[in-house]
Amino acid sequence: MSLYSEKVMDHFKHPRNVGVIENPDGVGEVGNAKCGDIMKIYLKIENDIIADVKFETFGCGSAIASSSMATELIKGKPLKDALKLTNQAVAEALDGLPAYKMHCSVLAEQAIRSAILDYYTKHNIPFDPELLKACEHCEEDE
Amino acid sequence: MQVYADNAATAKPKKAALEEYTRVAEEFFGNPSSLHSAGQRAKEVLTDCRGRIANLLGAEENEIIFTSGGSESDNQAIESAAKFGRAKGKTKIISTAIEHHAVLHTLEKLKKEGFEIVLLPVGTDGIVKLEDVKKEVDEKTCLVSVMLANNEIGTIQPVEEIGKICKERKVLFHTDAVQAVGHMKVDVKALSCDYLALSAHKFGGPRGVGALYVRKGAPLYPLIEGGAQEKGKRAGTENLPAVAAMTVALEDSLAHLEETNKRVTALRDKLIANLKKIPHSALNGDPVKRLGGNVSFCFEGIEGESLLLLIDDKGICASSGSACTSGSLDPSHVLLAIGRVHDVAHGSLRLSLSEETTEEEIDYMSREIPKVVEYLRSISPVWRDLQEGKRTYIL
Repeated sequence: MSLYSEKVMDHFKHPRNVGVIENPDGVGEVGNAKCGDIMKIYLKIENDIIADVKFETFGCGSAIASSSMATELIKGKPLKDALKLTNQAVAEALDGLPAYKMHCSVLAEQAIRSAILDYYTKHNIPFDPELLKACEHCEEDE
Repeated sequence: MQVYADNAATAKPKKAALEEYTRVAEEFFGNPSSLHSAGQRAKEVLTDCRGRIANLLGAEENEIIFTSGGSESDNQAIESAAKFGRAKGKTKIISTAIEHHAVLHTLEKLKKEGFEIVLLPVGTDGIVKLEDVKKEVDEKTCLVSVMLANNEIGTIQPVEEIGKICKERKVLFHTDAVQAVGHMKVDVKALSCDYLALSAHKFGGPRGVGALYVRKGAPLYPLIEGGAQEKGKRAGTENLPAVAAMTVALEDSLAHLEETNKRVTALRDKLIANLKKIPHSALNGDPVKRLGGNVSFCFEGIEGESLLLLIDDKGICASSGSACTSGSLDPSHVLLAIGRVHDVAHGSLRLSLSEETTEEEIDYMSREIPKVVEYLRSISPVWRDLQEGKRTYIL
Protein backbone atom coordinates (compact mmCIF):
# COMPACT_ATOMS: atom_id res chain seq x y z
CA MET A 1 0.00 0.00 0.00
CA SER A 2 1.54 3.24 -1.08
CA LEU A 3 -0.67 5.57 0.97
CA TYR A 4 1.79 5.28 3.83
CA SER A 5 5.55 4.85 4.12
CA GLU A 6 6.93 1.45 5.08
CA LYS A 7 7.78 2.84 8.49
CA VAL A 8 4.20 3.99 9.10
CA MET A 9 2.93 0.56 8.10
CA ASP A 10 5.47 -1.14 10.35
CA HIS A 11 4.50 0.94 13.38
CA PHE A 12 0.81 0.56 12.55
CA LYS A 13 0.94 -3.21 12.17
CA HIS A 14 3.44 -3.80 14.96
CA PRO A 15 2.86 -0.93 17.37
CA ARG A 16 5.49 -0.43 20.07
CA ASN A 17 4.50 0.28 23.67
CA VAL A 18 0.83 -0.46 23.19
CA GLY A 19 -1.16 -1.12 26.35
CA VAL A 20 -1.74 0.44 29.75
CA ILE A 21 0.34 1.15 32.85
CA GLU A 22 -1.35 0.34 36.16
CA ASN A 23 -1.16 3.27 38.59
CA PRO A 24 0.55 5.59 36.11
CA ASP A 25 2.28 8.77 37.21
CA GLY A 26 0.70 10.71 34.37
CA VAL A 27 -2.12 10.12 31.90
CA GLY A 28 -3.04 12.18 28.86
CA GLU A 29 -5.97 11.75 26.52
CA VAL A 30 -6.57 13.96 23.47
CA GLY A 31 -8.89 13.98 20.46
CA ASN A 32 -12.49 12.85 20.43
CA ALA A 33 -14.45 9.95 19.03
CA LYS A 34 -16.58 12.32 16.99
CA CYS A 35 -13.61 13.43 14.92
CA GLY A 36 -12.37 9.88 14.61
CA ASP A 37 -9.23 9.69 16.72
CA ILE A 38 -8.42 9.48 20.42
CA MET A 39 -4.98 8.90 21.88
CA LYS A 40 -4.28 7.99 25.47
CA ILE A 41 -0.77 8.00 26.90
CA TYR A 42 0.29 6.46 30.22
CA LEU A 43 3.61 7.46 31.86
CA LYS A 44 5.81 6.00 34.56
CA ILE A 45 8.24 8.67 35.76
CA GLU A 46 11.40 8.05 37.75
CA ASN A 47 13.76 10.92 38.64
CA ASP A 48 12.26 13.17 35.94
CA ILE A 49 12.89 10.49 33.36
CA ILE A 50 10.23 8.59 31.42
CA ALA A 51 10.88 5.11 32.73
CA ASP A 52 7.97 3.61 30.86
CA VAL A 53 5.28 4.73 28.45
CA LYS A 54 2.25 2.96 26.99
CA PHE A 55 -0.50 4.06 24.64
CA GLU A 56 -4.00 3.20 23.50
CA THR A 57 -5.37 4.68 20.30
CA PHE A 58 -8.73 4.77 18.56
CA GLY A 59 -8.00 5.96 15.06
CA CYS A 60 -6.68 5.38 11.60
CA GLY A 61 -3.41 3.73 10.60
CA SER A 62 -1.38 6.90 10.86
CA ALA A 63 -2.86 7.72 14.28
CA ILE A 64 -1.76 4.34 15.64
CA ALA A 65 1.66 4.65 13.95
CA SER A 66 2.14 8.21 15.28
CA SER A 67 1.34 7.08 18.83
CA SER A 68 3.75 4.18 18.54
CA MET A 69 6.57 6.32 17.14
CA ALA A 70 6.01 9.10 19.66
CA THR A 71 6.27 6.67 22.58
CA GLU A 72 9.52 5.27 21.15
CA LEU A 73 10.94 8.77 20.82
CA ILE A 74 10.34 9.68 24.48
CA LYS A 75 10.95 6.42 26.27
CA GLY A 76 13.92 6.73 28.62
CA LYS A 77 14.20 10.48 27.93
CA PRO A 78 14.12 13.28 30.52
CA LEU A 79 10.74 15.02 30.83
CA LYS A 80 12.10 18.33 29.60
CA ASP A 81 13.22 16.65 26.36
CA ALA A 82 9.91 14.84 25.95
CA LEU A 83 8.10 18.16 26.27
CA LYS A 84 10.07 19.41 23.28
CA LEU A 85 8.86 16.58 21.04
CA THR A 86 7.17 18.14 18.01
CA ASN A 87 4.69 16.66 15.60
CA GLN A 88 7.20 17.28 12.79
CA ALA A 89 9.73 15.10 14.59
CA VAL A 90 7.16 12.32 14.87
CA ALA A 91 6.20 12.63 11.20
CA GLU A 92 9.84 12.74 10.09
CA ALA A 93 10.70 9.68 12.15
CA LEU A 94 7.90 7.90 10.28
CA ASP A 95 9.41 8.96 6.92
CA GLY A 96 6.57 11.40 6.44
CA LEU A 97 2.77 11.36 6.56
CA PRO A 98 0.27 12.36 3.87
CA ALA A 99 -0.65 16.05 4.28
CA TYR A 100 -4.19 15.36 5.47
CA LYS A 101 -2.84 12.96 8.09
CA MET A 102 -0.43 15.41 9.72
CA HIS A 103 -2.98 16.05 12.47
CA CYS A 104 -2.31 12.51 13.69
CA SER A 105 1.25 13.53 14.54
CA VAL A 106 -0.12 16.69 16.21
CA LEU A 107 -2.35 14.51 18.38
CA ALA A 108 0.63 12.36 19.37
CA GLU A 109 2.62 15.44 20.42
CA GLN A 110 -0.33 16.73 22.43
CA ALA A 111 -1.12 13.41 24.06
CA ILE A 112 2.42 13.22 25.41
CA ARG A 113 2.38 16.81 26.56
CA SER A 114 -0.96 16.30 28.22
CA ALA A 115 0.32 13.21 30.08
CA ILE A 116 3.41 15.09 31.30
CA LEU A 117 1.31 18.03 32.42
CA ASP A 118 -0.96 15.61 34.28
CA TYR A 119 2.12 14.40 36.12
CA TYR A 120 3.18 18.00 36.89
CA THR A 121 -0.30 18.86 38.13
CA LYS A 122 -0.49 15.81 40.39
CA HIS A 123 2.91 16.67 41.89
CA ASN A 124 2.29 20.42 42.11
CA ILE A 125 5.10 21.19 39.71
CA PRO A 126 4.50 24.55 37.98
CA PHE A 127 4.31 24.58 34.14
CA ASP A 128 3.62 26.92 31.28
CA PRO A 129 -0.13 26.71 30.45
CA GLU A 130 0.77 27.63 26.86
CA LEU A 131 1.79 24.00 26.45
CA LEU A 132 -1.87 22.98 26.58
CA LYS A 133 -3.00 24.14 23.18
CA ALA A 134 -5.79 22.13 21.56
CA CYS A 135 -5.68 20.30 18.25
CA GLU A 136 -6.98 22.55 15.52
CA HIS A 137 -8.22 19.58 13.54
CA CYS A 138 -10.52 18.54 16.36
CA GLU A 139 -11.64 22.05 17.22
CA GLU A 140 -12.69 22.53 13.63
CA ASP A 141 -14.94 19.50 13.91
CA GLU A 142 -16.76 20.65 17.05
CA MET B 1 -6.24 -16.18 0.86
CA GLN B 2 -7.06 -13.26 -1.43
CA VAL B 3 -10.64 -11.99 -1.29
CA TYR B 4 -11.80 -9.14 -3.45
CA ALA B 5 -14.86 -7.73 -1.68
CA ASP B 6 -14.95 -4.23 -3.12
CA ASN B 7 -17.03 -4.88 -6.22
CA ALA B 8 -19.20 -1.83 -5.56
CA ALA B 9 -16.07 0.30 -6.06
CA THR B 10 -15.14 -1.51 -9.22
CA ALA B 11 -16.00 -5.04 -10.26
CA LYS B 12 -13.44 -7.39 -11.73
CA PRO B 13 -13.80 -7.12 -15.51
CA LYS B 14 -15.39 -10.11 -17.21
CA LYS B 15 -13.10 -12.10 -19.47
CA ALA B 16 -15.63 -11.98 -22.31
CA ALA B 17 -15.74 -8.17 -22.00
CA LEU B 18 -11.95 -7.85 -22.15
CA GLU B 19 -11.81 -10.12 -25.18
CA GLU B 20 -14.51 -8.09 -26.87
CA TYR B 21 -12.53 -4.93 -26.07
CA THR B 22 -9.44 -6.29 -27.78
CA ARG B 23 -11.37 -7.69 -30.73
CA VAL B 24 -13.18 -4.41 -31.44
CA ALA B 25 -10.05 -2.32 -30.86
CA GLU B 26 -8.17 -4.42 -33.40
CA GLU B 27 -10.83 -5.03 -36.00
CA PHE B 28 -12.89 -1.85 -35.83
CA PHE B 29 -10.31 0.86 -35.29
CA GLY B 30 -11.93 3.16 -37.82
CA ASN B 31 -13.50 6.37 -36.58
CA PRO B 32 -17.30 5.93 -36.66
CA SER B 33 -17.56 9.49 -38.00
CA SER B 34 -15.42 8.68 -41.07
CA LEU B 35 -17.16 8.08 -44.37
CA HIS B 36 -14.81 5.35 -45.59
CA SER B 37 -15.59 1.69 -45.15
CA ALA B 38 -13.38 1.23 -42.05
CA GLY B 39 -15.26 4.08 -40.36
CA GLN B 40 -18.63 2.79 -41.43
CA ARG B 41 -17.85 -0.70 -40.13
CA ALA B 42 -17.02 0.83 -36.77
CA LYS B 43 -20.23 2.83 -36.89
CA GLU B 44 -22.18 -0.35 -37.44
CA VAL B 45 -20.70 -1.83 -34.27
CA LEU B 46 -21.59 1.33 -32.36
CA THR B 47 -25.18 1.25 -33.60
CA ASP B 48 -25.43 -2.43 -32.83
CA CYS B 49 -24.21 -1.90 -29.25
CA ARG B 50 -26.60 1.00 -28.74
CA GLY B 51 -29.49 -1.20 -29.80
CA ARG B 52 -28.42 -4.05 -27.55
CA ILE B 53 -27.96 -1.79 -24.49
CA ALA B 54 -31.33 -0.15 -25.19
CA ASN B 55 -32.94 -3.55 -25.48
CA LEU B 56 -31.53 -4.67 -22.12
CA LEU B 57 -33.02 -1.58 -20.44
CA GLY B 58 -36.37 -1.63 -22.21
CA ALA B 59 -35.46 1.56 -24.08
CA GLU B 60 -35.33 2.62 -27.74
CA GLU B 61 -32.01 2.72 -29.54
CA ASN B 62 -32.12 6.50 -29.95
CA GLU B 63 -32.64 6.96 -26.21
CA ILE B 64 -29.09 5.83 -25.29
CA ILE B 65 -26.10 8.19 -25.14
CA PHE B 66 -22.66 6.74 -24.46
CA THR B 67 -20.60 8.67 -21.92
CA SER B 68 -17.41 8.31 -19.90
CA GLY B 69 -19.27 6.77 -16.98
CA GLY B 70 -21.71 7.29 -14.14
CA SER B 71 -20.51 10.69 -13.00
CA GLU B 72 -20.75 12.23 -16.46
CA SER B 73 -24.18 10.69 -17.03
CA ASP B 74 -25.47 12.02 -13.70
CA ASN B 75 -24.01 15.45 -14.37
CA GLN B 76 -25.47 15.72 -17.85
CA ALA B 77 -28.96 14.56 -16.82
CA ILE B 78 -29.18 16.96 -13.90
CA GLU B 79 -27.65 19.94 -15.70
CA SER B 80 -29.97 19.40 -18.66
CA ALA B 81 -33.15 19.22 -16.57
CA ALA B 82 -32.02 22.26 -14.56
CA LYS B 83 -31.29 24.32 -17.67
CA PHE B 84 -34.67 23.37 -19.13
CA GLY B 85 -36.42 24.14 -15.85
CA ARG B 86 -34.77 27.51 -15.39
CA ALA B 87 -35.95 28.63 -18.83
CA LYS B 88 -39.49 27.95 -17.61
CA GLY B 89 -38.98 29.58 -14.23
CA LYS B 90 -38.82 26.24 -12.41
CA THR B 91 -35.84 26.25 -10.10
CA LYS B 92 -36.55 23.62 -7.45
CA ILE B 93 -34.80 20.23 -7.49
CA ILE B 94 -35.66 17.39 -5.15
CA SER B 95 -33.15 14.66 -4.32
CA THR B 96 -32.08 12.62 -1.30
CA ALA B 97 -29.45 12.90 1.41
CA ILE B 98 -27.83 9.60 0.39
CA GLU B 99 -27.04 10.30 -3.28
CA HIS B 100 -23.60 9.76 -4.77
CA HIS B 101 -21.35 12.83 -4.88
CA ALA B 102 -21.76 12.91 -8.67
CA VAL B 103 -25.34 13.99 -7.94
CA LEU B 104 -24.81 15.90 -4.68
CA HIS B 105 -21.95 18.05 -5.93
CA THR B 106 -23.82 18.87 -9.15
CA LEU B 107 -26.75 19.98 -7.00
CA GLU B 108 -24.47 22.05 -4.77
CA LYS B 109 -23.20 23.82 -7.85
CA LEU B 110 -26.76 24.50 -9.02
CA LYS B 111 -27.64 25.80 -5.57
CA LYS B 112 -24.92 28.43 -5.98
CA GLU B 113 -26.54 29.32 -9.29
CA GLY B 114 -29.83 30.04 -7.53
CA PHE B 115 -31.65 26.70 -7.53
CA GLU B 116 -33.58 25.57 -4.50
CA ILE B 117 -32.25 22.12 -3.59
CA VAL B 118 -34.29 19.88 -1.30
CA LEU B 119 -32.49 16.77 -0.04
CA LEU B 120 -35.05 14.38 1.38
CA PRO B 121 -34.04 12.46 4.51
CA VAL B 122 -34.09 8.67 4.68
CA GLY B 123 -35.24 6.48 7.54
CA THR B 124 -32.85 4.43 9.67
CA ASP B 125 -33.50 1.70 7.06
CA GLY B 126 -31.76 3.89 4.45
CA ILE B 127 -34.87 4.27 2.30
CA VAL B 128 -36.56 7.48 1.23
CA LYS B 129 -40.27 7.87 2.06
CA LEU B 130 -42.81 8.32 -0.73
CA GLU B 131 -44.87 10.79 1.33
CA ASP B 132 -41.81 13.04 1.53
CA VAL B 133 -41.49 13.02 -2.24
CA LYS B 134 -45.22 13.73 -2.70
CA LYS B 135 -45.07 16.57 -0.19
CA GLU B 136 -42.13 18.31 -1.85
CA VAL B 137 -43.02 18.06 -5.54
CA ASP B 138 -44.74 21.29 -6.55
CA GLU B 139 -45.21 23.50 -9.61
CA LYS B 140 -41.76 25.03 -9.11
CA THR B 141 -40.02 21.64 -9.30
CA CYS B 142 -38.06 20.94 -12.48
CA LEU B 143 -36.40 17.67 -11.45
CA VAL B 144 -36.52 14.82 -8.99
CA SER B 145 -33.33 12.74 -8.73
CA VAL B 146 -33.32 9.56 -6.63
CA MET B 147 -30.79 6.77 -6.90
CA LEU B 148 -32.00 3.24 -7.57
CA ALA B 149 -29.58 1.54 -5.18
CA ASN B 150 -27.22 3.16 -2.73
CA ASN B 151 -23.49 2.65 -3.22
CA GLU B 152 -22.54 2.43 0.45
CA ILE B 153 -25.34 0.59 2.20
CA GLY B 154 -26.94 -1.02 -0.87
CA THR B 155 -30.50 0.00 -0.04
CA ILE B 156 -32.94 -0.09 -2.94
CA GLN B 157 -35.15 2.97 -3.26
CA PRO B 158 -38.82 2.93 -4.30
CA VAL B 159 -37.92 4.40 -7.66
CA GLU B 160 -40.84 2.84 -9.53
CA GLU B 161 -43.33 4.60 -7.25
CA ILE B 162 -41.38 7.85 -7.32
CA GLY B 163 -41.34 7.66 -11.11
CA LYS B 164 -45.12 7.38 -11.14
CA ILE B 165 -45.50 10.42 -8.87
CA CYS B 166 -43.23 12.45 -11.16
CA LYS B 167 -45.02 11.30 -14.29
CA GLU B 168 -48.40 12.30 -12.79
CA ARG B 169 -47.09 15.70 -11.74
CA LYS B 170 -45.23 16.15 -15.04
CA VAL B 171 -41.86 16.63 -13.38
CA LEU B 172 -38.65 15.27 -14.93
CA PHE B 173 -37.22 12.29 -13.08
CA HIS B 174 -33.62 11.09 -13.04
CA THR B 175 -32.32 7.96 -11.39
CA ASP B 176 -28.68 7.18 -10.71
CA ALA B 177 -28.72 3.44 -11.40
CA VAL B 178 -24.95 2.99 -11.37
CA GLN B 179 -25.01 0.41 -8.56
CA ALA B 180 -28.16 -1.29 -9.78
CA VAL B 181 -27.68 -1.97 -13.48
CA GLY B 182 -26.32 -5.47 -14.01
CA HIS B 183 -27.32 -6.46 -10.48
CA MET B 184 -31.11 -6.24 -10.61
CA LYS B 185 -33.77 -6.01 -13.27
CA VAL B 186 -33.88 -2.45 -14.59
CA ASP B 187 -36.57 -1.39 -17.05
CA VAL B 188 -36.83 2.29 -17.87
CA LYS B 189 -40.54 2.03 -18.71
CA ALA B 190 -41.34 0.35 -15.40
CA LEU B 191 -39.35 3.02 -13.57
CA SER B 192 -41.08 5.84 -15.51
CA CYS B 193 -37.79 7.72 -15.54
CA ASP B 194 -36.71 10.42 -17.96
CA TYR B 195 -33.02 9.85 -17.31
CA LEU B 196 -31.06 6.86 -16.05
CA ALA B 197 -27.30 6.77 -15.47
CA LEU B 198 -25.18 3.63 -15.63
CA SER B 199 -21.50 2.75 -15.48
CA ALA B 200 -19.80 -0.24 -17.10
CA HIS B 201 -17.16 -1.03 -14.49
CA LYS B 202 -19.79 -1.79 -11.86
CA PHE B 203 -20.93 -4.87 -13.77
CA GLY B 204 -17.73 -6.27 -15.21
CA GLY B 205 -17.18 -3.87 -18.07
CA PRO B 206 -14.19 -1.55 -18.46
CA ARG B 207 -13.69 1.73 -16.61
CA GLY B 208 -14.23 5.06 -18.32
CA VAL B 209 -17.40 4.13 -20.13
CA GLY B 210 -21.07 4.36 -19.26
CA ALA B 211 -24.37 5.41 -20.67
CA LEU B 212 -27.23 7.77 -20.12
CA TYR B 213 -30.77 6.79 -20.98
CA VAL B 214 -32.76 9.84 -22.02
CA ARG B 215 -36.45 9.36 -22.67
CA LYS B 216 -37.44 10.50 -26.13
CA GLY B 217 -38.56 14.11 -25.79
CA ALA B 218 -36.74 14.80 -22.50
CA PRO B 219 -34.38 17.79 -22.70
CA LEU B 220 -30.68 17.06 -23.13
CA TYR B 221 -27.82 19.50 -23.57
CA PRO B 222 -24.17 18.60 -24.15
CA LEU B 223 -21.60 18.98 -21.37
CA ILE B 224 -18.80 18.58 -23.89
CA GLU B 225 -18.84 20.68 -27.05
CA GLY B 226 -17.20 19.59 -30.28
CA GLY B 227 -18.14 17.17 -33.01
CA ALA B 228 -21.58 15.80 -33.77
CA GLN B 229 -21.08 12.43 -32.07
CA GLU B 230 -23.98 11.00 -30.07
CA LYS B 231 -26.44 13.14 -32.03
CA GLY B 232 -24.59 16.26 -30.99
CA LYS B 233 -25.21 15.59 -27.29
CA ARG B 234 -21.75 14.32 -26.42
CA ALA B 235 -18.76 15.38 -28.48
CA GLY B 236 -15.58 13.33 -28.74
CA THR B 237 -14.64 10.25 -30.73
CA GLU B 238 -16.60 7.32 -29.36
CA ASN B 239 -14.74 4.86 -27.13
CA LEU B 240 -15.94 2.00 -29.30
CA PRO B 241 -13.96 -0.92 -27.79
CA ALA B 242 -15.14 0.09 -24.31
CA VAL B 243 -18.74 0.47 -25.50
CA ALA B 244 -18.62 -3.00 -27.06
CA ALA B 245 -17.05 -4.49 -23.92
CA MET B 246 -19.72 -2.81 -21.77
CA THR B 247 -22.43 -4.30 -23.97
CA VAL B 248 -21.03 -7.81 -23.60
CA ALA B 249 -20.60 -7.38 -19.84
CA LEU B 250 -24.19 -6.25 -19.39
CA GLU B 251 -25.59 -9.01 -21.57
CA ASP B 252 -23.58 -11.55 -19.64
CA SER B 253 -24.66 -10.15 -16.24
CA LEU B 254 -28.32 -10.12 -17.15
CA ALA B 255 -28.26 -13.56 -18.77
CA HIS B 256 -27.52 -15.13 -15.36
CA LEU B 257 -29.13 -12.50 -13.19
CA GLU B 258 -31.62 -14.63 -11.30
CA GLU B 259 -29.33 -17.50 -10.42
CA THR B 260 -26.45 -15.12 -9.60
CA ASN B 261 -28.64 -13.06 -7.30
CA LYS B 262 -30.00 -16.11 -5.55
CA ARG B 263 -26.51 -17.40 -4.86
CA VAL B 264 -24.93 -14.05 -3.96
CA THR B 265 -27.83 -13.07 -1.69
CA ALA B 266 -27.45 -16.32 0.24
CA LEU B 267 -23.71 -15.63 0.68
CA ARG B 268 -24.47 -12.03 1.70
CA ASP B 269 -26.95 -13.17 4.34
CA LYS B 270 -24.50 -15.72 5.69
CA LEU B 271 -21.78 -13.08 6.02
CA ILE B 272 -24.23 -10.64 7.65
CA ALA B 273 -25.33 -13.29 10.15
CA ASN B 274 -21.70 -14.08 10.99
CA LEU B 275 -20.58 -10.46 11.42
CA LYS B 276 -23.65 -9.69 13.52
CA LYS B 277 -22.19 -12.03 16.14
CA ILE B 278 -19.53 -9.40 16.82
CA PRO B 279 -20.79 -7.63 19.95
CA HIS B 280 -21.80 -3.98 19.57
CA SER B 281 -21.98 -4.07 15.81
CA ALA B 282 -24.84 -3.19 13.47
CA LEU B 283 -25.80 -3.77 9.87
CA ASN B 284 -26.34 -0.54 7.97
CA GLY B 285 -29.49 -0.28 5.89
CA ASP B 286 -32.53 -2.47 5.42
CA PRO B 287 -31.62 -6.18 5.69
CA VAL B 288 -33.86 -7.19 2.77
CA LYS B 289 -34.34 -4.22 0.45
CA ARG B 290 -30.67 -4.10 -0.45
CA LEU B 291 -28.38 -5.14 -3.28
CA GLY B 292 -27.62 -8.85 -3.37
CA GLY B 293 -23.91 -8.29 -2.74
CA ASN B 294 -23.88 -5.45 -0.22
CA VAL B 295 -22.76 -5.96 3.37
CA SER B 296 -22.26 -2.76 5.38
CA PHE B 297 -21.49 -2.70 9.09
CA CYS B 298 -20.56 -0.34 11.88
CA PHE B 299 -18.39 -1.64 14.70
CA GLU B 300 -18.32 0.41 17.87
CA GLY B 301 -15.03 1.45 19.45
CA ILE B 302 -12.81 1.22 16.37
CA GLU B 303 -11.98 3.31 13.32
CA GLY B 304 -12.60 2.09 9.78
CA GLU B 305 -9.33 2.91 8.06
CA SER B 306 -7.22 0.88 10.48
CA LEU B 307 -9.72 -1.96 10.08
CA LEU B 308 -9.42 -1.75 6.28
CA LEU B 309 -5.63 -1.78 6.32
CA LEU B 310 -5.42 -4.73 8.69
CA ILE B 311 -7.90 -6.87 6.76
CA ASP B 312 -6.08 -5.90 3.56
CA ASP B 313 -3.01 -7.37 5.22
CA LYS B 314 -4.99 -10.62 5.45
CA GLY B 315 -5.84 -10.40 1.76
CA ILE B 316 -9.33 -8.93 2.08
CA CYS B 317 -10.05 -5.86 -0.09
CA ALA B 318 -12.98 -3.80 1.22
CA SER B 319 -13.91 -0.15 1.81
CA SER B 320 -15.06 2.09 4.62
CA GLY B 321 -17.07 5.25 5.11
CA SER B 322 -14.77 6.60 7.81
CA ALA B 323 -13.52 10.16 7.55
CA CYS B 324 -9.94 8.96 7.30
CA THR B 325 -10.65 7.01 4.14
CA SER B 326 -12.30 9.99 2.47
CA GLY B 327 -9.67 12.54 3.39
CA SER B 328 -12.29 14.75 5.02
CA LEU B 329 -13.18 15.35 8.65
CA ASP B 330 -16.64 13.85 8.42
CA PRO B 331 -17.56 10.24 8.01
CA SER B 332 -19.86 9.15 5.18
CA HIS B 333 -22.93 11.35 4.59
CA VAL B 334 -24.91 8.17 3.96
CA LEU B 335 -24.16 6.73 7.39
CA LEU B 336 -24.95 10.05 9.04
CA ALA B 337 -28.23 10.19 7.06
CA ILE B 338 -29.39 6.84 8.46
CA GLY B 339 -28.77 8.16 11.96
CA ARG B 340 -25.36 6.74 12.77
CA VAL B 341 -23.59 9.23 15.01
CA HIS B 342 -20.01 10.26 14.14
CA ASP B 343 -18.49 8.01 16.81
CA VAL B 344 -19.79 4.82 15.23
CA ALA B 345 -19.92 6.00 11.60
CA HIS B 346 -16.10 6.17 11.76
CA GLY B 347 -16.06 2.43 12.42
CA SER B 348 -17.76 1.34 9.21
CA LEU B 349 -16.90 -1.42 6.78
CA ARG B 350 -18.41 -2.21 3.38
CA LEU B 351 -17.92 -5.61 1.79
CA SER B 352 -19.39 -5.90 -1.69
CA LEU B 353 -19.61 -9.39 -3.13
CA SER B 354 -19.83 -10.54 -6.73
CA GLU B 355 -20.85 -13.59 -8.71
CA GLU B 356 -17.31 -14.85 -8.23
CA THR B 357 -17.45 -14.74 -4.43
CA THR B 358 -17.17 -18.23 -2.96
CA GLU B 359 -18.42 -19.91 0.19
CA GLU B 360 -14.78 -20.31 1.28
CA GLU B 361 -14.24 -16.57 0.96
CA ILE B 362 -17.31 -15.87 3.11
CA ASP B 363 -16.00 -18.30 5.73
CA TYR B 364 -12.56 -16.70 5.60
CA MET B 365 -13.96 -13.18 6.07
CA SER B 366 -16.27 -14.40 8.83
CA ARG B 367 -13.25 -15.79 10.62
CA GLU B 368 -10.69 -13.02 10.06
CA ILE B 369 -12.72 -9.81 10.39
CA PRO B 370 -13.92 -10.49 13.97
CA LYS B 371 -10.28 -11.11 14.99
CA VAL B 372 -9.17 -7.74 13.59
CA VAL B 373 -12.11 -5.94 15.22
CA GLU B 374 -11.21 -7.57 18.53
CA TYR B 375 -7.55 -6.61 18.20
CA LEU B 376 -8.33 -2.97 17.36
CA ARG B 377 -10.74 -2.82 20.28
CA SER B 378 -8.01 -4.18 22.56
CA ILE B 379 -5.85 -1.12 21.82
CA SER B 380 -8.73 1.40 21.74
CA PRO B 381 -9.23 3.77 24.67
CA VAL B 382 -12.84 4.24 23.52
CA TRP B 383 -13.49 0.51 23.83
CA ARG B 384 -11.87 0.49 27.29
CA ASP B 385 -14.16 3.35 28.39
CA LEU B 386 -17.19 1.50 27.02
CA GLN B 387 -16.23 -1.67 28.85
CA GLU B 388 -15.51 0.16 32.09
CA GLY B 389 -18.85 1.97 31.91
CA LYS B 390 -17.26 5.42 31.46
CA ARG B 391 -18.95 5.73 28.10
CA THR B 392 -22.34 4.43 26.95
CA TYR B 393 -22.68 1.92 24.15
CA ILE B 394 -24.47 3.29 21.12
CA LEU B 395 -24.75 -0.01 19.26
